[in-house]
Amino acid sequence: MDINKYEREITPDVVAEHGLTEDEYQRILGALGRAPNMTELGIYSVMWSEHCSYKSSKIHLKKLPTEAPWVICGPGENAGIIDIEDGDAIIFKMESHNHPSYIEPYQGAATGVGGILRDVFTMGARPIANMNALRFGSPDHPKTRHLLAGVVEGIGGYGNCVGVPTVGGETNFDPSYNGNILVNAMNVGLAKADNIFYSAAAGVGNPVVYVGSKTGRDGIHGATMASAEFTEDSEEKRPTVQVGDPFTEKLLIEACLELMATDAIVAIQDMGAAGLTSSSVEMASKGGVGFLLDLDKVPQREEDMLPYEMCLSESQERMLMVLKPGREAEAEAIFKKWELDFAVIGEITTTGHLQLKFGGEIVGDMPIDSLVDDAPEYDRPHTATPKRDNIDVPAPDDMNAAVMKLIGGPNLCSRRWIWEQYDHMVMADTQQRPGGDAAVVRIHGTNKAIAISTDVTPRYCFADPVEGGKQAVAETWRNITAVGATPLAITNCLNFGNPERPEIMGQFVGCLEGLGEACRALDYPVVSGNVSLYNETNGTGILPTPAIGGVGLLKDSSKTASVPFKRDGDMIILIGEIKGELGASLYQREILGEDAGAPPRVDLAVERKNGDFVRGLIQSGAVDTCHDISDGGLIAAIADMAIAGSNGASITLEAAIPIHASLFGEDQARYLIAAPAEAANDIIQKAEAAGVIVASIGMVGGDKITVNAGVVELGLDAVRTRHEGWMPNYMKAAN
Amino acid sequence: MKSAVIVFPGSNCDRDMAVAIEQVTGSKPLMVWHQEHDFPSVDFIALPGGFSYGDYLRCGAISARSHVMDAVVKRAEAGVPTLGVCNGFQILTEAGLLRGALMRNAQLKFVCRDVTLKVENADTSFTNSYNADQEITIPVAHHDGNYFVDDETLARLEGDGQVVFRYSENINGSRNNIAGVTNAKGNILGMMPHPERLVDPALGGKDGRALFESVLASIG
Repeated sequence: MDINKYEREITPDVVAEHGLTEDEYQRILGALGRAPNMTELGIYSVMWSEHCSYKSSKIHLKKLPTEAPWVICGPGENAGIIDIEDGDAIIFKMESHNHPSYIEPYQGAATGVGGILRDVFTMGARPIANMNALRFGSPDHPKTRHLLAGVVEGIGGYGNCVGVPTVGGETNFDPSYNGNILVNAMNVGLAKADNIFYSAAAGVGNPVVYVGSKTGRDGIHGATMASAEFTEDSEEKRPTVQVGDPFTEKLLIEACLELMATDAIVAIQDMGAAGLTSSSVEMASKGGVGFLLDLDKVPQREEDMLPYEMCLSESQERMLMVLKPGREAEAEAIFKKWELDFAVIGEITTTGHLQLKFGGEIVGDMPIDSLVDDAPEYDRPHTATPKRDNIDVPAPDDMNAAVMKLIGGPNLCSRRWIWEQYDHMVMADTQQRPGGDAAVVRIHGTNKAIAISTDVTPRYCFADPVEGGKQAVAETWRNITAVGATPLAITNCLNFGNPERPEIMGQFVGCLEGLGEACRALDYPVVSGNVSLYNETNGTGILPTPAIGGVGLLKDSSKTASVPFKRDGDMIILIGEIKGELGASLYQREILGEDAGAPPRVDLAVERKNGDFVRGLIQSGAVDTCHDISDGGLIAAIADMAIAGSNGASITLEAAIPIHASLFGEDQARYLIAAPAEAANDIIQKAEAAGVIVASIGMVGGDKITVNAGVVELGLDAVRTRHEGWMPNYMKAAN
Repeated sequence: MKSAVIVFPGSNCDRDMAVAIEQVTGSKPLMVWHQEHDFPSVDFIALPGGFSYGDYLRCGAISARSHVMDAVVKRAEAGVPTLGVCNGFQILTEAGLLRGALMRNAQLKFVCRDVTLKVENADTSFTNSYNADQEITIPVAHHDGNYFVDDETLARLEGDGQVVFRYSENINGSRNNIAGVTNAKGNILGMMPHPERLVDPALGGKDGRALFESVLASIG
């Protein structure tokens, strides 16, 4: 094949099609000392893309705290790693797959799960839990049903088949996502702390090995490439959404873990975004070496593939490894056993360049440094979001109807319809299933468990990015605390609009400031993450959505708490203060149809004091029933506990604050716990002694939820029917 | 008691099954790879759940034709207690060891949750530790658990006590809400629910335990 006929003159249009600015193109000319060919231009364009280079976000991400004594590996590798003692390590990360999921929800979501699994097992972990954070447009939008159905089926289709339980997540609806849904997938894996694999290539002459699926033309960066002008053969155009094969991924997991049990691997990296290019460049860059790849040896699924296509393909279920010399046969035998492709495609060199051979000729030769270290970095202009005032939010016309509408509405209703499509029990270590505050997954063969939660409240981030950023971190910390676990570290997935608009960049900078502040105050560092910008449709950005995935440790998993009320007659105790903060609340939005005022303030010192107190109660075995208070306020939390426990509650609240503000206010740092009367008195005394604001607000029992003798009075069956019914009914209805 | 768990490419409940067997019987089962032509003599064979061969072609169809199945069929026909759970059940029907077929769930969606089962026959090697008509809680997790047989076979299965477990509600469209059936001899059981997932009370129940205790009791 004569590839020269596919070469084009690099005109300003071709540069622009690749998403590169004129300045960036000049940088390429400087780095190479000559004009790039098409393959090289394609490689620079993906390596310098926002997705791979973090060029708009890097200077701000550097401000996040990433260290703690239990952090084994922070950001910069495929995933973050924390120590959970006894020689065990937890490896985890969250990543977005937003745009593909909007175009093709099943495959977009499925390959999002597949990609994040690879990020985790490439470091030597067996994946043990999947989580996600999903955002869809308004339920009334004509595409929402289709997107929700497809995304959920895709997440399930992939996770169920690879046999990794999907143990929880969050799902919200807001019109700002109408044209740009968010699909953020998180995976958590378990490794031995002394058997972790990194991506830095080493050893001149060592073989570079390709394993997994064959390379096809799927996923070639169509977003920036008007490929009609690239090849004259329009048959070769492919959709830009990758297609996943979870069966191959399952085999790849087993084969990689089997090889990792030997000492044959020097370095390993999955082929994710920008495929073969980014994996080889990252491995070479980290190791300070060069790579010579012979593209003719790349296993190919389609005929006549060009270097450009092989380098930019995002075909799924592929890994790149550097092996110790002479270990090829041993490794190959393992991959053959699992019926996977195995090919030595190159070697490590001293050149410091990425060199590509095709048809016996060098068709690309670029300094690795120029692809990584010389990538542009921008300090984009940003303007802070104006502060909102605290406002008075009026009471509803009908209190009962307002409660029903909230807990039976899209944002607070039961997500059972979603998680029953996920195998959340495979691997037989799921101790708390979806629907609680945090998922609890036992460390196999031990009495330890990890707790995992994903959270963010985009309404707050929009109203006040700094407070919203703090709140997102605090809420995962609180959810992990509510099951009795000690929060250890987070991953994040920062979803924002167009960073070239100063107000969007202002949201990003503000959220990160809040996020960092909360991480520092709670000793809860960031160990991995992902940035997804340009989430916009027709010039309107999504709500700023820095999704946080937190992980905590339960040293004794028998001492834990869960949401359901468990005993008639238990006292219901509120930890934390009722302030009645209704600005930017769910109540305000869903019942009054407004979004105004300052969101709830996050006092991190109080957050920590209250959380440490609650965790201590659970870990001492004094409390087995606990729920954090978040969206929808106190009444929503009471309803969750009553529905889950099939046991009602009667609540009495003081009149110091308007009752609707007490019920729906989203004041932070609060938990509800339930305990038998005697234990409850003890808990109250201890709380007072610790300086924690505490109040006994009611009792478990009966078949109703009542507040202040009739201010709210709802039959539990009716509440359950509404809460459980919204989503199945919505999905059944036609548009 | 000596057990074997057969492992196919894409099996993903093999470890869960092995853990449950070991917890109840006290001994680790042999893990047998699908390419083996034979394996040592055992008292109990389990085909675990998962997505063998990615459910490509038809669930269980490719696995049913793997090397190891020749040995499994021979042993099962000779009377060795053989259990197939979920994908294992699908493999047993595809291998012709059990009647019927597992079709796509009637609601066309994957379903994972605890279900209530009635023990219809407590007089088999798999159920002797349950009481007749006992109601037990066992999780399901499948996309293709809609059990179908023709009318004549259905009547025979029902009449001969081969229907061992029945769902208390219609969760997937199975005929007569059948959740588990045996062969005529009663030594081969296929079931969609996962007893191995509820052996340890820390996971929310232990109604699956008695199934493995039954096998242990029947081996003696």
